[in-house]
Amino acid sequence: MNLALVKPTMDGAASDVFAIARDRLPGKGPVAEVRQAAFEDFAQKGLPHRRVEEWKYTDLRVLLREVAPLAAPPDQAVLDRAKKTLASLDVNGAHRLVLVDGAFAPQLSDTTSEAGVAVQTLRAMLENADVAARADLLRTNVASDAMISLNSAMATDGAVIDVTENAAPGKPIHIVHVATQSKAAAFTRSLVKVANGARVTLIESFVGADGAAGYQAHDSVVLWAGDGADVQHIRLVEDARDAANIATAIVTLGERTQYRAFNLTSGGAVCRYQAFLRFGGQNAHADVNGVSLLNGRQHADNTLVLDHAVPNCTSNEVFRAVVDDQAHSVFQGRINVHPDAQKTDARMMTRALLLSDEAEADNKPELEIFADDVQCGHGATTGALDDSLLFYLRARGLPEKEAQALLIQAFVGEAMESIADETLRDVAIATAERWLAARG
Amino acid sequence: MSALLEVRNLQVRVEEREILHGLSLTVNKGEVHAIMGPNGSGKSTLSHVIAGKPGYEVTGGEILFKGEDLLEMSPDERAAKGVFLAFQYPVEIPGVATMTFLRTALNAQRKARGESEYSTPDFLKKVRAVAASLNIPQEMLRRGVNVGFSGGEKKRNEVLQMALFEPSLCILDEMDSGLDIDALRIAADGVNALRSSERAMVVITHYQRLLNYIVPDFVHVMSKGRVVKSGGKELALELEESGYAQFEDQAA
Repeated sequence: MNLALVKPTMDGAASDVFAIARDRLPGKGPVAEVRQAAFEDFAQKGLPHRRVEEWKYTDLRVLLREVAPLAAPPDQAVLDRAKKTLASLDVNGAHRLVLVDGAFAPQLSDTTSEAGVAVQTLRAMLENADVAARADLLRTNVASDAMISLNSAMATDGAVIDVTENAAPGKPIHIVHVATQSKAAAFTRSLVKVANGARVTLIESFVGADGAAGYQAHDSVVLWAGDGADVQHIRLVEDARDAANIATAIVTLGERTQYRAFNLTSGGAVCRYQAFLRFGGQNAHADVNGVSLLNGRQHADNTLVLDHAVPNCTSNEVFRAVVDDQAHSVFQGRINVHPDAQKTDARMMTRALLLSDEAEADNKPELEIFADDVQCGHGATTGALDDSLLFYLRARGLPEKEAQALLIQAFVGEAMESIADETLRDVAIATAERWLAARG
Repeated sequence: MSALLEVRNLQVRVEEREILHGLSLTVNKGEVHAIMGPNGSGKSTLSHVIAGKPGYEVTGGEILFKGEDLLEMSPDERAAKGVFLAFQYPVEIPGVATMTFLRTALNAQRKARGESEYSTPDFLKKVRAVAASLNIPQEMLRRGVNVGFSGGEKKRNEVLQMALFEPSLCILDEMDSGLDIDALRIAADGVNALRSSERAMVVITHYQRLLNYIVPDFVHVMSKGRVVKSGGKELALELEESGYAQFEDQAA
């Protein structure tokens, strides 16, 4: 590879990561070329830092310092550890697809076929699909971003899911990422195509096996939802407390598509979830909601870019962050309303609750509106628990922590209510309850 | 027998300003005391200090409740011991369903007293009965605490809690503020139903009007941080005639 492209600000370790791993990366020929170009883009940019506007609050050169080496392919011992971890998951009864250290694990996955759902692995596709199709698996249609490029260069595996027209699978599809190796990185990419009229729930979980420390999960999901499709997309980030989770979602919606996303971050030391959502057909609606529950020195960043590219679409974003100790929450919400996108109705509300003097929350709404007949609203608040509410509850007999817990639950409840599936809503609520109980 | 509530020479500051300058008050079981006085006389401060609201500094005196030092207890400990403050302005708590709140609070108090928690059916039965007597529709109980409630509904919700928690001391802070006559009558009927020989009430009010509905055994007039006159229920009527001005001179 051409090392001259590596900027001096990189310590060289990042380029080694690719050089050392490349023989293990699936796909030859055009796939390898896409990887090479993607890596060169990453190498030129380096890890994003605070002078890159989109990463202003999440300086990976400080928080991540370097890209960890590619995790080894899982052996039987690793799979056994991963299996134990799966037993502790809250989500049950789903069509489970398990990725262990970035490799699809058929032994741990639900391989029964379900009507209307076809699942393949990214690795198999990269190695076997038609030449023309292969390289596209690693290409994206969003503006160049260093971490997407890194993911394109390094992706080892992922789920490639096709939901056929008008299908309504009875079970949610659950992609579970399990990390077992310390100080190693997994790079995954999943592609989900939901055909017209189909109705599906996609869940993603990120967890670490017992003893896995300081690992990095680099993930991306590319999702197409066709005309009239109804997609519920839930993310549960429960990584180890010293792990990093850098993830991208690229979502394209068709006409009359309903897309409801919810991202819950309670684990990880450094988390970045960046979602790029594009309305490609009229009369579609998107709810993009999330809750971050942070303490210690956790850093979680939710960055959303919604492109209202066509008229008559509506979007609603509701985010809540509960930030304790020295934790740091970041919310960046960008809404682009294109010149023709009349009758767009886009709303965004983000609120952060700071539970300590050292907790920090940054909210950055950005609205760029080029159409004149639209409704766009945004609001952002940051504050502590209301003393008058706390006193009222305590005067009714609730001890301080219980009073706080009740108010915190109410605070995150509004965002969680948007989870249509009751079982999944309960999973989110249970996570919040565990988090509150751990506060003691 | 010791008094239920014994306030002795209480001095209280808020920031740099002294609000109560040596207030004393004794309340026995079964008694209803009214505390009247002009705005700024320290009536609400007294109720807040008894309930344990932060932001008040007690610089002198003491408050004994059932013989124990109340000022040493946290607000929730006071509630569990039987102190109940009906707020002048009950707060709205969006996202916390009234039912959840009532059950959590009641069970927290019972737990603090070492009593068993209520089972859900027993609790529901109890809430429904009390709510019905106060004209509180079930639908209100499913809403967030006080969210979207009218002034009268908020006060009725306070009385509902009072009935549910069965405190031994009820402090009603300006219960009549913001209520029309009909709403006042419903709330007052609720309070009167709770009068008992085992329970005392301290009714804080600016106007005599409320005392037509909740008839006190004793009336105290507060002015500038002290009790300046005490008497029977006729004192309230006297005040209605002559106003507070005479006492302001007295206190100064």
